[in-house]
Amino acid sequence: MTAPVIELRGLARTYPGPPPVPALRPADLVIGAGDYVAVTGPSGSGKSTLLHLLGLLDSPTAGSYLLDGLDTSKLPDRDRSALRGRRIGIVFQAFHLLAYRTALENVLLAELYNHTPRSTRLQAAAGALGAVGLGHRLDALPTTLSGGECQRVAIARALVNQPSLLLCDEPTGNLDSRNAASLMELLDQLNSGGLTIVIITHDAAVAAHAGRTVTISDGILSERIRAGHG
Amino acid sequence: MGRPGAGLPLPRLTVRDTAAEAIAGIVQRPGRAGLTMLGTVLGVGAFVAVLGLTATGAGQISRQFSVLEDTTVTVADNGPANDVAPPGTNPRIGFPADADVIADHIKGVVAAGVWWPVALPEGTNFSASLALSGEASQTVNLLAVSPGAVKAMVPAMVAGSPLSTYENDTAQHVAMIDTSTASALGISPARLPSHPAVFVNGIAYTVVGIYSSAQRVVSGGSAMLIPEDTALADYGNPQPGIGTQEEAQMVIATKTGAAEAVSREIAAAELPTDPHRLVVTPPPNPLKLQGEVNGDLAGLFLILALISLLIGAVGIANTTLVAVLERTGEIGVRRAVGARPRHIAGQFLAESTALGTLGGLIGTCIGVGIVVIFAAAQNWTVVLNPVYTLPAPLIGTVVGLLAGAYPALRAARTSPLAALRHA
Repeated sequence: MTAPVIELRGLARTYPGPPPVPALRPADLVIGAGDYVAVTGPSGSGKSTLLHLLGLLDSPTAGSYLLDGLDTSKLPDRDRSALRGRRIGIVFQAFHLLAYRTALENVLLAELYNHTPRSTRLQAAAGALGAVGLGHRLDALPTTLSGGECQRVAIARALVNQPSLLLCDEPTGNLDSRNAASLMELLDQLNSGGLTIVIITHDAAVAAHAGRTVTISDGILSERIRAGHG
Repeated sequence: MGRPGAGLPLPRLTVRDTAAEAIAGIVQRPGRAGLTMLGTVLGVGAFVAVLGLTATGAGQISRQFSVLEDTTVTVADNGPANDVAPPGTNPRIGFPADADVIADHIKGVVAAGVWWPVALPEGTNFSASLALSGEASQTVNLLAVSPGAVKAMVPAMVAGSPLSTYENDTAQHVAMIDTSTASALGISPARLPSHPAVFVNGIAYTVVGIYSSAQRVVSGGSAMLIPEDTALADYGNPQPGIGTQEEAQMVIATKTGAAEAVSREIAAAELPTDPHRLVVTPPPNPLKLQGEVNGDLAGLFLILALISLLIGAVGIANTTLVAVLERTGEIGVRRAVGARPRHIAGQFLAESTALGTLGGLIGTCIGVGIVVIFAAAQNWTVVLNPVYTLPAPLIGTVVGLLAGAYPALRAARTSPLAALRHA
């Protein structure tokens, strides 16, 4: 058994009312290093709430979340920021690239807040873009890139700090089927390299790429254990 | 690292990176940046221009306020309190017969004397001796002058000599004329030894001297000067009272810096029994003159400059706030990749401060340019106080810093989640 990257113990999030909305009811989940987990469920089921909690963008109202064995629920904001910057990479459905910055500058942004010298940063950013197949578009502005390319830039940005966890929020939601397939291929490759990936999707085809599928319905988390895996 | 918590080095943003991000933020939206800066540019520009123009103008006043003006005192005869002269005649002039000598005894006086314009009937004609047969077509002023007054005028002689004390005391019919009158009457300086005469309504005055210009009294216009006593004998007393334009006056040339003291003493020395009859005009005080210019206009313009700065601050604050609201997505992304609230605040504060500084720099350049162009057009010397001018861009910095404070705080408080949802 590999050491868990993520361990949720009764993790819950209730949005204050009135009336209070229990977006995520107390959940337990263990995700090991190198796991490839899909979180599925209908709209409003609590998928995004779970992703935001995992990405340390939001704080739980109950329970604890251990990242690499560290209880994040007790950490002050500065340490949560440090974890976001170093251990977690997040890819959003809407890419969230800065329109006025080139692909390279968008990736550099993720390195801005850590302690590396500028020359090292440039090398790492160019390397990350090369790894997602965009080594030739370093100076392209997002407006001149296709949706698939934009999402690859976002993945390069998420990976440039070599996180232990990659969180993807509907990464293919804004892509056509060809670009979506190509992107999933990239994620499969990254997972084969040992990266832990949690992907939120309502697309069964996307979920099929993952080794594990976790379902959320009305804020309740459940997991189907597939035959031949585990 | 031996630190409790995550054990990871804390996210950090160096000053250099903050500056680079701020400049990138400005350069990416140059049009907006320009408009945002406009208020600061105007405010700082107005500030620098007002101070520069005031200093330049004051410098010019001190320059124009020449040594000549600083050493001239005039005294006018306002007439006796009770006019005891017989009807149809004027009272005796207020100055005593030895007025020139009395004035000479006052410390600081270089030369002093009495003069007045002689009132001539309408249609008075000036003509030269028959041999020359010239006639002055221009208006010639006939002035009665004491020997001291001639000295105080400092005439530049072309030929002959100035009127002498002897000529005055013996009431000789002699005259000094200026070069333009001389040429109008056909009297050339070379002919002076042959004693040409000028006839004023038939009275002949022998020309003893021709002058080209004088520093005081007759500095502009043509004038024929005759001795004081000759004028009294020929035309009687002048009409007293300031405003008649014919009253007797005393012109005093003083040493530099002595004018004030001479002004205080002259009336009592000349007319101890009735000093108030004499009205003394000392030279204007240059410091006071400067003060008036500084006080009135500069105050008004500085208020205008402050208002522009305030508008500039509101402009920067507003645009930065809009930028914060517009860039919530960016804030979310930055927070997602590890930025702490202070980094977000620092970035927006750096942007507004950089905008303010840039506006201040441009404003200072424009302000200096205005002063230089204005001074060049007036042929003045530019006077700029480096104590006010050099730190002027910092006014923009302060404006940017203050204006960016609230928007930066708003940005720092934006939750990463809300920011990403908005985008």
